[in-house]
Amino acid sequence: MRRDQTRAKLFTRRALLLGGGQMVLLAVLGGRLYHLQVIESDQYKMLAEENRISMRLLPAPRGRIFDRHGVELANNQQNFRVVIVPEQTHSVEETLSALADIIPLETIDRDKVLREVRRNRPFVPVSVTDNLSWDQFASVNLLSPELAGVQPDASWSRFYPFGAAFGHVVGYVGAVAESDLTGDPLLQLPGFRIGKNGIEKTADLALRGRAGTSSVEVNAYGRVIRELARTEGTPGADTMLTIDAELQLFAHTRFGSESGAAVVMEVATGEVLALVSTPGFDPNSFNLGIGREEWGTLVADSKAPLTNRAIAGQYPPGSTFKMMVGLAGLGSGAIGAGHRVFCGGSTQLGRHTFHCWKRGGHGWLDLVEAYERSCDVYFYDVARRTGIDRFAETAVLFGLGAPTGLELPSEGKGLIPTRTWKEATRGEIWHPGETLVAGIGQGYVLTTPLQLAVMTARIANGGRRVTPRLIRHLAGGHEDAEAPAAIGIPAAHLDLIREGMTRVSNSRRGTAYASRITIPEFAMAGKTGTSQVRRISKAERLTGVRRSEDLPWIQRDHALFVGYAPVAVPKYAVAVVVEHGGGGSKAAAPIARDILTEVQRRERDRVRFPTGPTGAPLELRRA
Amino acid sequence: MQRFLGLRDVELSLRQKLVGLDWSLITLLFFTVAFGLGVLYSAEGGRVDDVVTRQGVRFGIAACLMFAVALIDIRFWLRYAYAFYAVGCLLLVAVEVMGTIGMGAQRWVDIGIVTIQPSEVMKLALVLALARYFHSRSLEEVRRPLWLVPPLAMTLVPAALVVRQPDLGTALLLLINGIIIFFLAGVRLWKFALVLAAAVGSVPLGWQFLHGYQRDRILTFLDPERDPLGAGYHILQSKIALGAGGVFGRGYLQGTQSHLNFLPEKQTDFIFTMLAEEFGLIGGVLLILLYALLLAYAFAIALRAQNQFGRLLALGVGNMLFIYVFINIAMVTGLVPVVGIPLPLISYGGTAMVSLLVGFGFLLGVSVHRDIVLPRRAGVDAGA
Repeated sequence: MRRDQTRAKLFTRRALLLGGGQMVLLAVLGGRLYHLQVIESDQYKMLAEENRISMRLLPAPRGRIFDRHGVELANNQQNFRVVIVPEQTHSVEETLSALADIIPLETIDRDKVLREVRRNRPFVPVSVTDNLSWDQFASVNLLSPELAGVQPDASWSRFYPFGAAFGHVVGYVGAVAESDLTGDPLLQLPGFRIGKNGIEKTADLALRGRAGTSSVEVNAYGRVIRELARTEGTPGADTMLTIDAELQLFAHTRFGSESGAAVVMEVATGEVLALVSTPGFDPNSFNLGIGREEWGTLVADSKAPLTNRAIAGQYPPGSTFKMMVGLAGLGSGAIGAGHRVFCGGSTQLGRHTFHCWKRGGHGWLDLVEAYERSCDVYFYDVARRTGIDRFAETAVLFGLGAPTGLELPSEGKGLIPTRTWKEATRGEIWHPGETLVAGIGQGYVLTTPLQLAVMTARIANGGRRVTPRLIRHLAGGHEDAEAPAAIGIPAAHLDLIREGMTRVSNSRRGTAYASRITIPEFAMAGKTGTSQVRRISKAERLTGVRRSEDLPWIQRDHALFVGYAPVAVPKYAVAVVVEHGGGGSKAAAPIARDILTEVQRRERDRVRFPTGPTGAPLELRRA
Repeated sequence: MQRFLGLRDVELSLRQKLVGLDWSLITLLFFTVAFGLGVLYSAEGGRVDDVVTRQGVRFGIAACLMFAVALIDIRFWLRYAYAFYAVGCLLLVAVEVMGTIGMGAQRWVDIGIVTIQPSEVMKLALVLALARYFHSRSLEEVRRPLWLVPPLAMTLVPAALVVRQPDLGTALLLLINGIIIFFLAGVRLWKFALVLAAAVGSVPLGWQFLHGYQRDRILTFLDPERDPLGAGYHILQSKIALGAGGVFGRGYLQGTQSHLNFLPEKQTDFIFTMLAEEFGLIGGVLLILLYALLLAYAFAIALRAQNQFGRLLALGVGNMLFIYVFINIAMVTGLVPVVGIPLPLISYGGTAMVSLLVGFGFLLGVSVHRDIVLPRRAGVDAGA
């Protein structure tokens, strides 16, 4: 018994030790809980919320694009598509096979879907096909209860009702590329489209609107349990262009199969009414990702349909440049208003001979006659007297040699050569002969059709520095902004030039007499231009210069025409370039005539019937 | 029945025993279990389903077993302690030979009516066997190293068998429980130091025998960032749930971490986290206090028992409870690596519930029979 008592005592001692230890350890647990639930609680509360709440972006509908009268140039249309949720299918492959019985589904598409499925988590819907017809969509809808994991889905996609005629102006939207990412989470939304070209690109931010947000409660697997809060986004602002859709369509059609460009501007405001580049391309092809094949043909096409010739095509202006030379000559005092030159068909400078386009020569001419008949020898003389730097300066004042700042991406800047330019870029001195060549708009001189239109507008509006624009500013006071500043050209000089231009298309001897506008109040003034793309050799001069029509297409001259109308109170300026069209008077002037007639006719008709083409009043969304 | 059991000198009638049962302990126990069912109800998304009812039924069965064990004379348990231990060992071997594989480990054995988990049986059988062994040894004998060889073997053999299943958690539990009983029986302290030193020394060797997932758990515990989406994810989510619970909790049925499934195993191993997310620090600490109270009962009963067998048995059971509670809560709060040990009386799971309540049956039995003086040589001359 005594033994048991000592044993019991030892047990008691050790049991108390053990019990004490256990209580200490339980206290440690309590302390740990205190640490987690009191001291670090805030931090974990935040993490719990982060776990639970997921912010989803709700893309806003993209703003629409209208022409100046409210005709829709770009809108949003329902796009019927089928998505598949991998975790809800038994097997993605089997489901796709079943789906292939209802809608066309190629092996490539299937592989693409399977790749997507592997990349994403199983509850992320993967798009199977886009752009289903309503019938296909309806049959998928009908059968979807039997196809586990298949969900018909309607989303919005961009649509351009006019197709090719507006591809270059309106541009297109496309999938966000790596280089487009700016940190805006909206851009990472699957299926989000941003403006890739044209107005869609320049006005992208306004058109895009602001995304809404939806905070949803998700479980550990990312499935949405319920929506906690929702902020609707702001739809993108509608954009109204200065373009007249019907005029644009008319001009585009007028070119037929020719490749070229035309720009129509209001001379007072700079509003661009039409901006055509042919061949065009259908912007609808780009919305949902263009096929590799289609892209290949567009890029490989020798007529480069993707290039916007109106703003990025750079052509020697040819005789249309003579207005700059004449104005510079008058302005600098190098020639007087009554300056006369004898044209014998060519002129000598040093050991070089410079030819007039007319072999026999024009005889004695004054400035107005020189425009009327587009004599080259006359302007060789003026150019030589004036000097390259002086008439380059005038050209720049009229908007040549620098981007005009039109609201379109990738505008070409053209080139107006000077002595310093040549020394800086080529490291060679300027030869006097080059002044003569530049004097008839050849050689180094390059201009875009848009620049030529701006130049013509500035001549027509009495020498005001009008700048072209494509977007009508609805909210701002731009409509009644003060008239553009004067360039500082004496009115008498401009009158002389305009007289010459009027004769071009109204006098029997004018180079564009055949393309005159016969309706007196619509009458146009203008200037033809023919720019050589090849060098005419001495041997060819001797045997007779081959006619443009006899040359292969790619070697034919570019045909140009710049003009304005009506003659009395100019309202519209136009520049037309027909690539490899031959002579300006034959190929470009008739197009310019038709466009200027059409724009004036439309204006007259609108005055008579003042309702717009849509009839109903237009409601525009503002930014 | 008493004659059938072959026991003499029974002083207590059934009525006396029933009166002598520690009803306050039983009430406390039932309260804890009821609380656990309430938490389980929340873990099931706030509805009574299979899981909740099954747990309730299991508790009913386990409670019956508890009463039966408590009312059977303690001399019976002393006499057949080794027999139970032998059966436990046989079952473990049976698992090794013909057990069914569940959850990637071979832990279950089918004995006709029910499948049982021999490792759970062994937890109690080991306590019984060690209690009997040390009951029969005098203090002098206990202090001689040679006499420690049989109980050491008794502890290590089942632990080794359990490790092979593989079930590191239970093996650890067996070992710790064994060591505690050694300690309570009066084994000299320097021997524990020696064993500890040997254990630390053999860590590199033991590492070789660990399974990949066991190594992973230890490594992840040491560096939770190692695998934030794997095992580390569980602990991180558990800590987030606890922290988000704060002092007052998010409210019953309102725990987002648990209900949105960020918290893994919320019905079983991580049920404490769920409780503490919904009831906060207050709920968590209250539960710990509840356990502390249950432990205090075990200590009180052990200290009042007049025989060494009863004392060791009572504290063996109390210690089992403590180890469960401590390891589980320490695990979900990120203090120790993730080991699959349930929260006693609360976690969903039948075997753990049954073995623990049977353990409490022993505890109650010791309390009822506390004044019975047991002879040293129980099996041979019970009446001497």
